[in-house]
Amino acid sequence: MIDIVLALLSTVGALSILFASIGILRMPDFYLRLSVTVKASTLGVGLLLICAAIMFPDVSVTTKAIAIIFFLIITAPIGAHMIGRAAYFTGTPLWKGTIVDELAGMYNEETHELDSEDDDDEDDDTPNIAKTEEETE
Amino acid sequence: MIKNFLMNLLLSAIWVALTGSLYYTNFLFGFMLGFFILWIMNRNEADQRYFYRVPKIISFAFYFLYEIIKANVQVAFDVITPKYFFKPGIVKYPMSARTDFEINLLSTMISLTPGTLIVDISDDKKTIYIHVMYLTDPETFVRQTQTGLERRLLAILR
Repeated sequence: MIDIVLALLSTVGALSILFASIGILRMPDFYLRLSVTVKASTLGVGLLLICAAIMFPDVSVTTKAIAIIFFLIITAPIGAHMIGRAAYFTGTPLWKGTIVDELAGMYNEETHELDSEDDDDEDDDTPNIAKTEEETE
Repeated sequence: MIKNFLMNLLLSAIWVALTGSLYYTNFLFGFMLGFFILWIMNRNEADQRYFYRVPKIISFAFYFLYEIIKANVQVAFDVITPKYFFKPGIVKYPMSARTDFEINLLSTMISLTPGTLIVDISDDKKTIYIHVMYLTDPETFVRQTQTGLERRLLAILR
């Protein structure tokens, strides 16, 4: 019973990492690549770690696996968010099939660069430069 | 609320110590047992929030897992087939989450779902901009997220 569960979970985890790496190759623009990679790899690594936790009936392995999954889930979306935001600031083009871009032009008006997480005051000047670059385009 | 949770942890620690086997299944069983005992003992108390919240958290975990797997299958299918089925777009999403903790959890959940990616949060913390892979209609997407993920999350947190 446990063997079947282990085989299923590890296969799904490995496949999702494989699809993430194929996705890096095949996706047409930067945001889609980021979108495909971060989530699928988080799920894949998480599933493989759960497999390890079930496989070894040892408390230290389980606690380590849970800690790694916890920090992975906390850090991966923030990293993706920061990379995507930086890419938008530097004017990375969206794919030509993109339907709507409701973010376009919003940086000049009510919504500016600071978000609710961990930006410090030094960040104030960098988006301004990026903003003028976007305007000149 | 927090007192009940700590009491529950204490009861499960006692259960683990008494049975003497420190496996996670045993700990989970002790936690369930402690929850059941606390529920019976506190059934006349006025503050019943803890006992509504724990089943909600568990059901939310399963719902979120189901959403992740569903979206992952969709993305994986799109990756391996030669034709592109997606219609990407950046959507403005008005949040009803207000505090920093709620916004953090909500954006983590949205970012972890395949196909959606947070691009930025507005300064006044009222809207977030989401890059969506499968966008048929921005209003439909906003409504689905509001009634699905955000409502369930806020029901737990508030």
